[in-house]
Amino acid sequence: MKLSREEVLHIAALAKLGMTEDDIHHFGGQLSNILENFEVLKGVDTEGIQPTAQANSVCNVMRDDVIAPSLSQEEVLANAPKRDGEFFRIRPVME
Amino acid sequence: METTNPIPALDYETVIGLEVHAQLRTRSKMYCSCSSDYANAPPNTHVCPVCLGMPGVLPNINRQAVEYAMMTAQALNCSISQYTKFDRKNYPYPDLMKGYQISQYDQPVGLGGWLNIEVNQKIKRIGITRVHQEEDVAKLLHRDEGGMAYSLVDVNRSGVPLMEIVSEPDMRSAEEARAYLVKLHSILRYLGVSTANMEEGSFRCDANISIRPRGTDKLLAKVEVKNMNSFRAVFRALEYEGERQRKVLSQGGRLAQETRGWVEPEGKTVSQRSKEFAHDYRYFPEPDLPPITPSSAWVENVRAMLPELPEARFNRFVSQFGLPVYDANLLTENRETAEYYELLVSSDPEVSPKEISNWLVGAAAGILNTSGCDIIDFGRRVNPQNFTALVKLVSKAVINSGTGKVVLEEMFDSGKTAQTIINEKGLGQISDTSELETAAFEVIRDNPQAVADFKAGKAQAVKFMVGQLMRLSKGRANPNMASEIITRKLGEL
Ligand SMILES: [Zn+2]
Repeated sequence: MKLSREEVLHIAALAKLGMTEDDIHHFGGQLSNILENFEVLKGVDTEGIQPTAQANSVCNVMRDDVIAPSLSQEEVLANAPKRDGEFFRIRPVME
Repeated sequence: METTNPIPALDYETVIGLEVHAQLRTRSKMYCSCSSDYANAPPNTHVCPVCLGMPGVLPNINRQAVEYAMMTAQALNCSISQYTKFDRKNYPYPDLMKGYQISQYDQPVGLGGWLNIEVNQKIKRIGITRVHQEEDVAKLLHRDEGGMAYSLVDVNRSGVPLMEIVSEPDMRSAEEARAYLVKLHSILRYLGVSTANMEEGSFRCDANISIRPRGTDKLLAKVEVKNMNSFRAVFRALEYEGERQRKVLSQGGRLAQETRGWVEPEGKTVSQRSKEFAHDYRYFPEPDLPPITPSSAWVENVRAMLPELPEARFNRFVSQFGLPVYDANLLTENRETAEYYELLVSSDPEVSPKEISNWLVGAAAGILNTSGCDIIDFGRRVNPQNFTALVKLVSKAVINSGTGKVVLEEMFDSGKTAQTIINEKGLGQISDTSELETAAFEVIRDNPQAVADFKAGKAQAVKFMVGQLMRLSKGRANPNMASEIITRKLGEL
């Protein structure tokens, strides 16, 4: 199954990745290969088998509703590309 | 300018479905142990690597949040899934720290329920498609500094537990949509699972609305309406949008499937720039969270925790207290009012429940409106015994109801009992015959024209003179006795 150029660009846009012409060919080919492998898997008869959402069988792991200390504001903002007082500062976002 | 003949308007019906997001009233967040009290904390202080979306962290499900969602689902007559799991909903937006939201896709906590609404004296059942678990996003603040726009991010709200309640497209008017929302809101407040404050954003509503020729199940373009921040806004926005869609079609236009935002000051919806790719959510099972298989014991425990819900309480108020539908509706719409009313009724079995209701939905509601207080504040200032004592004083004609209202206001302001206020201000009703006789004598003496009118057969004259007597006594005269004495004295002339 060969991905179209548009499909590759769409997937790149979803991942917020910029693509050069070379990238489109390079990754487009790789993605197509992966999908071909899934085509093979699709051939397996799965009639009557429940879909699996989890690879292990652990269930019902939950915690009590108890507050634990958070990071300090300094720690939270330590890796901010841009900081503005108590906030992260980012490019304008339209509502 | 004349417009060309419009295409004759077909008879369309409106089809509305609602999606409600309600914040859950847990102490900590959905998938981490940070405090979920985001509103009262300095920005970016209730944040940890999990809700900040750092790589390599492990989320952990808040059991209380799941329980609240299960409780809601059961109150809405949903069945509780025996297997429920979490999924990643991917979309890039700066308020979403991880780049995806942990939500539930195909196996939500609850499925297939309903609630009843009442519009124009008719009960209608509205289907609930699903109840599922979600998390809130960070808060963005928009700034403009001398033409330079930028945004600020406060991550405190990121990861606060949300529950989404999706209705079936069962509503046929803005009025029905409002009734649904009011009912759902009331249920959540009764359950105590959410503060459900629309203005503060802990209860949010988006609507899907379309129109179709009446009697068909043809699907026309569905419009999603957002930015409605009050019950009134939801009603107005949906009224407007239904009309707009009819107008587009009647003018020969085509309806687009789109998202529109309600602009409150202008009273209209406007198309929002469509983020085309944003709808490609690429849901997949959340690998970091194991599924939940609620045991039947847990489900039954939660069911046993359900309080009496608004509808049941309404029915009980009608049957147990003999209240009219109108009163029972007003009294049960919110849990606090209903509970205060029950305290009033039980504080003195001699006072009629209907009498008490009159005072609560009348004079007390008036005080709430003008003071901006809620019923909890009111109850703190006017304790149930004192309120009922006041109602009793009026029903025993110690004071008349006009004076009673003044006394209630004073009780609300000062916290004093009705009796104290009546004594201090000398407000007791005059039922003393001799005092009233003297006053009647004065009224008859000072109003010869009215006496002449009475003699000429004008019944109105008696009313006039009773009014004069009330005035003379500053409203304290017992009106029945006053009327009796005036009539008798005139007859003796
Ligand atoms: Zn956290």
